[in-house]
Amino acid sequence: MIRANPIKRPTRIREAWGDQLFLAGVYLFLLLIFVFVAYPLIFVISSSLSSPLAVSSGRVWLWPVDFSLRGYQVALSNPQIITGYANSLYYTFFGTLISVLATVLVAYPLSRRTLFGRSAIMLFITFTLIFSGGLIPTYLVVKELGMLDTRWALIIPQAVAAWQVIIARTFFQVTIPDELAEAAALDGCSDLRFLWSVVLPLSKPILAVLVLMYAVGQWNAYFDALLYLKSAELQPLQLVLRSILILNTTTSGSMEASAMVERQQMADLLKYSLIVVGSLPVLLIYPFAQRYFVRGMLIGSIKG
Amino acid sequence: MLPALLYFIIFRYIPMANAVLAFKDYNVVAGIWGSPWAGFKHFDLFFSNPVFWTLLQNTLGLSLYALIVGFPIPIMLAICLNEVGSGFFKRTVQMITYAPYFISTVVMVSMIMLLLSPRLGVFNLGLQALGLEPINFLGRPNLFPSIYVWSGVWQNSGYAAIVYLAALSGVDPMLYEAAKVDGASRIQKIFNIDLPGIMPVAVILLILSVGSLLAIGFEKVYLLQNPLNLGSSEIIATYVYKIGLLNANFSFATAVGLFNSVINMILLVLVNAYVKRVSDMSLW
Repeated sequence: MIRANPIKRPTRIREAWGDQLFLAGVYLFLLLIFVFVAYPLIFVISSSLSSPLAVSSGRVWLWPVDFSLRGYQVALSNPQIITGYANSLYYTFFGTLISVLATVLVAYPLSRRTLFGRSAIMLFITFTLIFSGGLIPTYLVVKELGMLDTRWALIIPQAVAAWQVIIARTFFQVTIPDELAEAAALDGCSDLRFLWSVVLPLSKPILAVLVLMYAVGQWNAYFDALLYLKSAELQPLQLVLRSILILNTTTSGSMEASAMVERQQMADLLKYSLIVVGSLPVLLIYPFAQRYFVRGMLIGSIKG
Repeated sequence: MLPALLYFIIFRYIPMANAVLAFKDYNVVAGIWGSPWAGFKHFDLFFSNPVFWTLLQNTLGLSLYALIVGFPIPIMLAICLNEVGSGFFKRTVQMITYAPYFISTVVMVSMIMLLLSPRLGVFNLGLQALGLEPINFLGRPNLFPSIYVWSGVWQNSGYAAIVYLAALSGVDPMLYEAAKVDGASRIQKIFNIDLPGIMPVAVILLILSVGSLLAIGFEKVYLLQNPLNLGSSEIIATYVYKIGLLNANFSFATAVGLFNSVINMILLVLVNAYVKRVSDMSLW
């Protein structure tokens, strides 16, 4: 005979009435935030996929009206945009490469307790977060080095970010125990080889964070280009976007008067398409990096 | 290791030494070190300039506003996300809310301009649909701070929430178990477990943001500026850029920039010392 045990009987724990109300409030709040953030994004994308007339007469609210790809056609046939895109890819690729390399090479030694003068060097780096010489003095250094109006000016002056060094160092400190390095050294493994074949494979999350941070920073930067570059053929995409989107200057040849109206409509649509085109590379990589990203941020910022 | 250290010396420490320019009259031929000394002339000029108070007020006003609004929202977002478990809803909200962080300043500003445009902006179409007059949002100096701050909230809250979510995931699960046994409500759990759990992170971030009150981002403000809103949008950083590089008044601009850096450092040290005394937490 089986006797039901009143204690072990699975009972549904009902949440208190107040808790349910509260939870409903939480969902509502999140929903509001979601709409607040998502609406502008959806609006821009929808506009970029609409016809020139629909955009310039303000008929787009939420979804594309008179679906068309005209905006993208015009955007991608503009030589300025193409040059800017190529330049930005160049700066982002080489800039990120140099930045990540330099950051890892300084952050790893700093994570080892055996390094001589470790805390002094850390202080030396951290201090730059607190105090800076300012815009003009930095500009003069770049000028003295002869980097003005060269591609170097966008890659070198912002190459290493102190914050990134700190995050990477903390990560190495937590994940790579000193004993591991000692064991490798006993086995006759050189520091560089240890870094390459042990540390790096174990540090994918932090590498992902570094690559993403530096690449996004480099792709999105416009200020250094504004400061240091004059030649049009060196300009990154963001400066090209700035002149079209914000200063409203388009390089248009002579046009018939009848085409003026159409051109104005086109200009409105073009802005939306350019916004999408300009943000696409970055928005494409972040979901892939997300997996590592959150984990890397987590470990890296524990003792931040 | 050497390349990075060289980098910090050349691009961070030499500029600090170059800041001595603030006390000199810059002469292109003589260079920084050969230029004649000018003492505190440039600082005096700056402090006695009527623009000084406007700049200080705008800069402080913008960053205090941004701090007061921008600091609690990511915490609220993180706590709410933490409450709803880990389903599809949470992932979607999180994914969307931190997407704007990756949008560039240029694109961000042009989105603001498009959405607020007097002719075609969504806000004004909405106003017109309600039978109201369209507003030239970016042309009104009194609206500028709100535009700046709320667009910042839009762009950064989701990203900032990640750090707090990370802190929340580090809270000992035993505490929640105990609270459950004691019959604590959700709100009680938030106030007694969640908030104390993220306090250390929150305090550190607060110290850092107070320390950079005057170091408000140049990039976005500069792009949002127009002659109509300049009264409330001219801040120290944009002023330095205009005076220094557009007008080539190097020494004066360096003095203004140095003033900015020094005040920031003092603020940071003061706030850190204060927090250390009351809560035993500190940056260093």
